[in-house]
Amino acid sequence: MANGNEREMSLSRVFWITLRRDLMLAYRRRNDLVSPLMFFLMVATLFPLGVSPDPQFLSEVAAGVVWVAALLATLLSMDSLFRSDFDDGSLEQMLLSPQPLSLLVFAKICAHWMISGLPLTLMAPLLGLMLFLPQEGMSTLVLSLLLGTPTLSLIGAIGAGLTVGLRKGGVLISLLVLPLYIPVLIFGTGAVQAASTGLPVGGYLAILGAILALGMVLAPLAVAAGLRISVSD
Amino acid sequence: MSTPLLEVQDLFCERDERVLFEGLNFSLEAGEIIQVEGPNGSGKTTLLRILSGLSQAFEGDILWQGEPIDEVRDDFLSDLLYFGHLPGVKAILTPEENLRWYCALHPHTRTEGITEALANVGLYGYEDVPCHSLSAGQNRRVSLARLYLSDAPLWVLDEPFTAIDKRGVARKEALIAEHAANGGSVILTTHHELAIRDNLRKVTLGGQASPGERMEVV
Repeated sequence: MANGNEREMSLSRVFWITLRRDLMLAYRRRNDLVSPLMFFLMVATLFPLGVSPDPQFLSEVAAGVVWVAALLATLLSMDSLFRSDFDDGSLEQMLLSPQPLSLLVFAKICAHWMISGLPLTLMAPLLGLMLFLPQEGMSTLVLSLLLGTPTLSLIGAIGAGLTVGLRKGGVLISLLVLPLYIPVLIFGTGAVQAASTGLPVGGYLAILGAILALGMVLAPLAVAAGLRISVSD
Repeated sequence: MSTPLLEVQDLFCERDERVLFEGLNFSLEAGEIIQVEGPNGSGKTTLLRILSGLSQAFEGDILWQGEPIDEVRDDFLSDLLYFGHLPGVKAILTPEENLRWYCALHPHTRTEGITEALANVGLYGYEDVPCHSLSAGQNRRVSLARLYLSDAPLWVLDEPFTAIDKRGVARKEALIAEHAANGGSVILTTHHELAIRDNLRKVTLGGQASPGERMEVV
């Protein structure tokens, strides 16, 4: 029993240490963090210029634009999740550690979300304002992104794990992952649109939460399996 | 006779429709050093990757303490130290941070020995310098410092002496000999002529004429 407890202690320690390491790595290369955020901001800025600056029109499409931009921004940052670990051999050491690979992977995905999905979520109200999103939809936008972006990171990690062994995995990730992103997008934008028109949003958010729960349980296992294949080549 | 630590039975591996080795048999006892020899491209690295469990592209059996390795994977990994072609050193972390993370992943390591280990590989004073400002040889030394930190009985070392200067090589060789004298086992590849004579065996790969040929104690 004491042994099991000790094991649990060491698992949570490994999780926190890996999380901290990835956050530190991101902090030391903070220039790389800006590009998904810039992308996110630019889409929202250019969209009214390209389509129509009419507030009436923009308020209708705002939810969709913010969500699509967040989705693509996440996808953009996905390829780098395991790339540097693969290139310098850290990934081999992770695979050869007696610690469960899915736990290490989960910590890395959490770190990835904290440096991509979380800032996107925090920036979203600003974009909502720029696109005349109705005031009633604002809190739901943030909430739906808060539930949806971790799922995007989890699903994207599966693609990243499978393609990390390939020199040009970027395009392949999109092909693998985009179909799986679609349910998240549909329920995410659905929630915001429902809130904007005064309809109840509980159902949409519950489904987003359910997808997230499913992803948290299953995605790390799938990523770990994908990484083993990629490293084994 | 006791069960050997690691036993390889009838190992077969082909790559790009070329047979790298077939019918390869050897065993590793505690306290032994095996040097895998062979020309470039003869499958030395592939063999070490298979033995460590990184690659599954093989046929045959690998036994760890008499059990099939897949069934005792966790025990095996706790007892393994693998040093690959890639040093596993993050360029934007300092040597100390790199080793700290390694120690966190591997239970049989001594975090408190990091400073001493770095001093032992000649990196005293470089603890807080990011690895990208170190030379290639120094980066490999950071990775080699793990040899001083680990209590793992089995070391699998792929070209551990690449980019290491002569004095460094002599020290690493002494360390390997000491590890074997203390009952540890080592499998390594190197093109360097080893000064170690005790408990050293060679496994030669390559050359279609003698697949899996095994040369006995030198």
